[in-house]
Amino acid sequence: MGVEGIGARVERKEDKRFLTGKGRYTDDMVVPGMKYAAFVRSPHAHAKIKSVDGSTAEGMPGVIGVLNGQQMLDDGIGNLICGWMIHSKDGSPMKMGAWRPLAHETVRYVGDAVAVVVADSIDEARDAAEAVVVDYEELPAVTEAATALTGGQPQIHPEAGGNLIYDWAIGTDVAETDAAIAAAAHVTEMTIVNNRLSPNPMEPRAALGIYDGAEDHYTCYTTSQNPHVARLVMSAFYNVAPENKLRVIAPDVGGGFGSKIFIYPEEIVCLWASKRTGVPVKWTSDRTEAFLTDAHGRDHLSTVKMAFDSDNRITALKVDTIANFGAYMSLFSSSVPTYLYATLLSGQYDIPAIHANVRAVYTNTAPVDAYRGAGRPEATYLLERTIETAARELGVSPAELRRKNFIRSFPHQTPVIMNYDAGDYEASLEAAMKEADWAGFDARKAEAEGRGKKRGIGMSCYIEACGIAPSAAVGSLGAGVGLWESAEVRVNAVGTIEVLTGSHSHGQGHETTFAQLVADRFGVPIDSVSIVHGDTDKVQMGMGTYGSRSGAVGMSAIVKALDKVEVKAKKIAAHLMEADESDIVIENGEAKVAGTDKTVPWFQVALAAYTAHNLPAGMEPGLKEGAFYDPSNFTFPAGCYICEVEIDPETGKTEIVQFVAADDFGNIINPMIVEGQVHGGIAQGIGQALLEAVHYDPQTGQLLTASYMDYAMPRADDLPSFKVSHQNTPCPGNPLGIKGCGEAGAIGSPPALMNAITDAIGNNDLTMPATPQKVWAAVHAAQ
Amino acid sequence: MTKVTMTVNGRQVSGDVEERTLLVHFIRDRLGLTGTHVGCDTSQCGACVVHMDGKSIKSCSTLAVQAAGSSITTIEGLAQGGELHPVQAAFKANHGLQCGFCTPGMVMTAVDMINRYGGSLDEKTVRENLEGNICRCTGYHNIVKAILAAASDMSAGRQAAE
Amino acid sequence: MYATNYHRASSVADAVHLKGASDESKYVSGGMTLIPTMKQRLAAPSDLVDLRHIAEMKGITVSGGSVRIGAATTHAEVAQSSDIKAACPALAHLASLIGDPHVRHMGTIGGSIANNDPAADYPSAMLALAATIVTDRREIAADDFFTGLFETALADDEIVVAVTFRPPERAGYCKFPNPASRYAMTGVFVAKGTDGVRVGVTGAGADGVFRHAAMEAALASDFSPQAIASVTTDPSDLLSDIHGSAEYRANLVTVMARRAVAAA
Ligand SMILES: Cc1cc2nc3c(=O)[nH]c(=O)nc-3n(C[C@H](O)[C@H](O)[C@H](O)COP(=O)(O)OP(=O)(O)OC[C@H]3O[C@@H](n4cnc5c(N)ncnc54)[C@H](O)[C@@H]3O)c2cc1C
Ligand code: FES
Ligand code: FES
Repeated sequence: MGVEGIGARVERKEDKRFLTGKGRYTDDMVVPGMKYAAFVRSPHAHAKIKSVDGSTAEGMPGVIGVLNGQQMLDDGIGNLICGWMIHSKDGSPMKMGAWRPLAHETVRYVGDAVAVVVADSIDEARDAAEAVVVDYEELPAVTEAATALTGGQPQIHPEAGGNLIYDWAIGTDVAETDAAIAAAAHVTEMTIVNNRLSPNPMEPRAALGIYDGAEDHYTCYTTSQNPHVARLVMSAFYNVAPENKLRVIAPDVGGGFGSKIFIYPEEIVCLWASKRTGVPVKWTSDRTEAFLTDAHGRDHLSTVKMAFDSDNRITALKVDTIANFGAYMSLFSSSVPTYLYATLLSGQYDIPAIHANVRAVYTNTAPVDAYRGAGRPEATYLLERTIETAARELGVSPAELRRKNFIRSFPHQTPVIMNYDAGDYEASLEAAMKEADWAGFDARKAEAEGRGKKRGIGMSCYIEACGIAPSAAVGSLGAGVGLWESAEVRVNAVGTIEVLTGSHSHGQGHETTFAQLVADRFGVPIDSVSIVHGDTDKVQMGMGTYGSRSGAVGMSAIVKALDKVEVKAKKIAAHLMEADESDIVIENGEAKVAGTDKTVPWFQVALAAYTAHNLPAGMEPGLKEGAFYDPSNFTFPAGCYICEVEIDPETGKTEIVQFVAADDFGNIINPMIVEGQVHGGIAQGIGQALLEAVHYDPQTGQLLTASYMDYAMPRADDLPSFKVSHQNTPCPGNPLGIKGCGEAGAIGSPPALMNAITDAIGNNDLTMPATPQKVWAAVHAAQ
Repeated sequence: MTKVTMTVNGRQVSGDVEERTLLVHFIRDRLGLTGTHVGCDTSQCGACVVHMDGKSIKSCSTLAVQAAGSSITTIEGLAQGGELHPVQAAFKANHGLQCGFCTPGMVMTAVDMINRYGGSLDEKTVRENLEGNICRCTGYHNIVKAILAAASDMSAGRQAAE
Repeated sequence: MYATNYHRASSVADAVHLKGASDESKYVSGGMTLIPTMKQRLAAPSDLVDLRHIAEMKGITVSGGSVRIGAATTHAEVAQSSDIKAACPALAHLASLIGDPHVRHMGTIGGSIANNDPAADYPSAMLALAATIVTDRREIAADDFFTGLFETALADDEIVVAVTFRPPERAGYCKFPNPASRYAMTGVFVAKGTDGVRVGVTGAGADGVFRHAAMEAALASDFSPQAIASVTTDPSDLLSDIHGSAEYRANLVTVMARRAVAAA
C-alpha cells in the first residue's frame, strides 16, 4: 500500500469544507425568487377529510399559494409506491393501499400531509398553514400491529382486509421443522420485541423544487441517499416529469441511515407546487416533522423456538414475526422483514431446519422502512438473544454453545436462501474474548458487587448480508429495480482524474476512499482525483448508497472502469515508448517498460490521448471509460461483539464499562473510516438497546416521542470509547475482496448489550430499550 | 421590522429583521453563513452553536435582536488566514466527523470547552460537556479523541509560547 | 414562532414600565425556556422585555451571613462562582448540572424559578435553603413562592430581582436525569442550617416541587443517609409518564435523598 493507496489511514478530503462551514446541504441552497413551504398535517391518527378550506390562509401576508390533495389528483400526480413485490404463502400479491402525497379523502396517521402553503418566509407560511381549516371526521385508530390483526379493529386501507398486507413464509417445510422441534432434547422459546426507532440523521429532510416554465424542466435538490432512484420513481410512478425533464441533485447530505433512501411526499409536492405557483419552493423539515413523518425503523413482534439435540447442537429454528408497516407501504418496506431479515435467520450457525413466517400489518402510525441494518438487526437480535438464553437454560457457557454450532466450511447453503461464501467466526470470537478479558470477568464482577453494582457480560455473534445485490436474484424475489452500480472514470488531458459514481456519500467518506482506489491504481496523488456524485445531470445512472453497498458494489464498478482505462493507457504508453503493451506497468504516476529505465509520466499518457497526434492506429482519442458492475452474490460480513455493563440496582441505570467489537469486513480501503463506521453503528445499536423508543398513545395514536425531550438520543456521556478490531477474510465475490462495514455496528451491538444486562440482573425477558425504570422494575421484582 | 447591528466574525453587520427572527436564521439567511445548522426545535442538538461575546450559545434559541450589540463568532470565523484552527485540524486528523452536519456546532463547543478547561480536560469531562451536542454518525468516539488531542496540543503550544 | 416585538430594558423600573405597555407581553431573561416555547408556538407574547442587560439584577455577593444572587445571573456563573462554592458548594454543583454548557451560558436563576418547571433543578434548592425571593416590590419566602406546575406567587408584571439565603451548615444535591430531556426525573436538595433540616424534591411531584416532611423529620434527629433509607413517598402524589412511573419516582426520591445527604 502507498501512503494514500488501499489500506492507508488517509485523512478525509471532504473534511475541510465541513470543518470550515462550507458544506452545502439542501437547506443551504438559495435560488432567485425562492419561497418557503409549510405543510398542513393531520392532528388525527385516522380520520375522513370532509373539507379543506384555504381561503383565509390565501389572504394572509406573504402567501403565494395554498394547495391541496384534490388539486394534485386533478393534475395527475400518482400514488407513492412500494417497489418490492412480495407474495403471500397462498400466492396472492401483497395488498398495497393508496398513498397520496397530499391526502384528499382519508388521513391515516398523525402527520399525514393534507395541504401545503407557499409564502415569502417560512414564518408566514407557518402562520398561514395554521389558518387552513380542515374539517375531519375522526375514526378509531390502532397503533400496534398485533392488535391491528385482531378482529373488530379499524380497517386502515380497503385493499388490505384485516390490515394484513401479506402473510409470507420462507425456509424448511413447517411440518418438517415442527417434527424436528418435537424430537428435540431441549427447546428454548422466547417472545422477542424489536422496538420502533426514529432514524434521526442530524440533518432533517429538505427539498427545493424549481420549475423552469420556458424549458418545461424541473430541478429538485433533496436530501437523498439515491438521487437517481428518486428521479426514476418520481418520473415513472408519480408522473412529476419525464426523466429527461427532471434533474435531481443530492448535495451534501447530513446522514441518512436508510431514512433518506425513500421518496417522500414532500419532494414531489415541492416540484409540483413550483409549477403551480411559478416560484421555486423550498421545504425544510423541522425535528418534530421528522419524528412524525420520516420512515421509522424495526417494530417487530416475534415468537421463536430454537431446538437442540442432546449434544447441544441446534436442530431447528421456528420463527413467527409480525411486522408493523405503519399507515402506508414505504419504498422498500416490504423487503425488510422478508428478504433482508428472514434470510439471515441462520446467523453464524449450522441449522438444518429453519422455518420463518412473517405477517406485515398496517397501523395508524408513520410508515416503517429500512433503518441502518434493515432486517439484519432484527434477525441477529432474535437469534442472539435466543441462543444466549438457551445457554443459560442448558447451563453451558455462551461461547461454547456458539462454538459448537458455528458453520465451519464454506460455501455454506442455509435453509433460508443465503449461500455464505467465506468466514472465520471462531477467529472473531477468540479475538473479542481476548480483548474483553472474558476470563477475568468473574473477578471484576465480584469487585463490582463490593461497590453495590451488578456487573454483567454478554456477547453476540452476528452475520449480515451486504453489497446488495445481484440484480437477477433480487428481481426474482420481487425487487422492482436492479441493484448494480455504475462508474465512469474520466482522465483529463493533464492527467487529473474525475470519477463519476452512482453511489452517494452522506458521511461515508467516498471522496477519500474512492480516490484512494484510483491513487492506488496509477500511483497518482489523491488530490489529483475528484469524486463526482449525487447529480443526475452529471452521473448517468446509479442505485445509491445503502445496505453497505458502496464499497462492495460501487467500488467494484470503479475497478471495472479503471481496468478499461488502464488497458487503453497501456496501449498509448506502449506506442509512445515503442514497447510491447504487455511490458507496460503503471505505478508511481508513470508508465514504465518493465525491466528497463524507459518511462513516460502519467500526465503525458493522458495528454497524448487528448492531443491524438500520436496514437496507435485506429485508436479513438480520449481517456474515459464507464462500467456497470452487477454483483454475483451478497457479501457476508460477520463478527463478535462483547459488552460489559454495571447496573446501579437502586436506580436501574446501566453503565457500559466496556465494549469490544471484532469484525470481519474483508479487505479494507481506509481503516480510519471503517472504524468510524463501526463506532457510529455501535452507538446506534446501543441507542436502540438502552435509550430509544418511539411511543404512540395506543388509544389516540398521538406520537408521544416527537422531540428530543422525549426521544432519548445517545449522547456522549451515555457511551464509552469502543475497542474495535478486525479479523479479515477477503471476500471472494468481488475484485477488491470487500464485504462492507456500514451497518455491522448497529446489527451486532443490541443483543450484546441486552445479553450483558440480562446477565447482570438474571432476567431473560427484559425488552429494549432497557431504560432505568424497566431495569429497576426487573431488579425490584426479583428481590 | 427592526434594525440589528452586531459584529460577526470580526466584521460589523446590520440588517432589518422581523423581531421573531432567530439568530441562526439571521446568520444563515441574511449573512449567508450557512455553516451554522439547525438540527432540532427544542434547543437540544447543538448543531447551531456559535460564540456570543466569547461564550458558546445555541443560536436557535436566541433572537437576533437579543444578540444586537454583541460579538458573534461562527464556524466560518474560526480558521485564520486559510489555516485550520487547531480544533478543526484535530477533528480532521482524528476522523471526528462523518456527514459533517453536527460538526460546526461540535467544533465551536470544543473550542469553548478548551477555553474553559485548557489542558486539564479528561475524557469524562469532555463527554459531560458534550451534553448539548448530538451526533448521529460518529458515536462520539473520535470526537472525544479529537477534542482531547486539540486540548493537549493547544496547551502545549501555550506553554511553549510562555 | 408568532410575530412579536422586542424591548431591551435598562433598569428594573424601565422593565416594569415597558411591560405595562401591553397585556400580552412577557419578560425574557436567558430565553432558554421562553424562546423554545415560542418556537413551538406554545407561547405567543406580543412583546418581549429583555432583562439580560439590567446591571442591578446581576452578580453574586456574600455578606453579613447572607448570599445574594442577582436574578439575571447565569447558571454558568453560579456554577463557577468561588463565593458560591465556598458558601454552598451544593448549589454550584446543582447549577453545573442544568442543561448543557450553552444553556448554562444563557439561562438565569431568575428565569428558572419564575418559570417553575416541575422538572427544573433550582426550585428544590430554593425550598431547601429557605431562600427569599426578592422582587421589584416585595420579598417572598420560597415556601410561599412555588404554587404549582409552572405557577408562582409572582404578579404578572412582577420581576424577580434576586434570591437570598443564609449559607447552610451542610447541603447536598443529587439528580437523576430524564434519559431524553436530561431535566430532573427526580432531584433532591437537602440542607441543614439555622432553619433546621429541609428537603426539596423536584421532578417527581405531581404538583411540582415539594418539601418532604417525613424526611425532614427523620434527618432532624439523625442527619445521615440511613436515617431516611426507609422513609417512603406516596406514589399517588407523584408524576407518571413514559420515562418513569410514580412508583419508580418514589423510589428515586429516597435514593436521591440518601445520596444527597451522603454528599452533604
Ligand atoms: C436544552 C435545555 C436543557 C435544559 N435543562 C435544564 C435542566 O436540566 N434543569 C433545569 O432546571 N432547567 C433546564 N433548562 C431550562 C433552563 O434552566 C432555563 O434557563 C430556565 O428554566 C429559564 O431561565 P431563563 O433565564 O432562560 O428564562 P427565560 O426563558 O427567559 O424565561 C422563562 C420564564 O420566566 C420569566 N422570567 C424570566 N426572568 C424573570 C424574572 N427575573 N422575573 C420574572 N419573570 C421572569 C419569563 O417571562 C418566562 O416566562 C434547560 C433548557 C434547555 C433549552
Ligand atoms: S438547532 Fe439549536 S439546539 Fe438544535
Ligand atoms: S457527523 Fe453526522 S451528525 Fe455528527
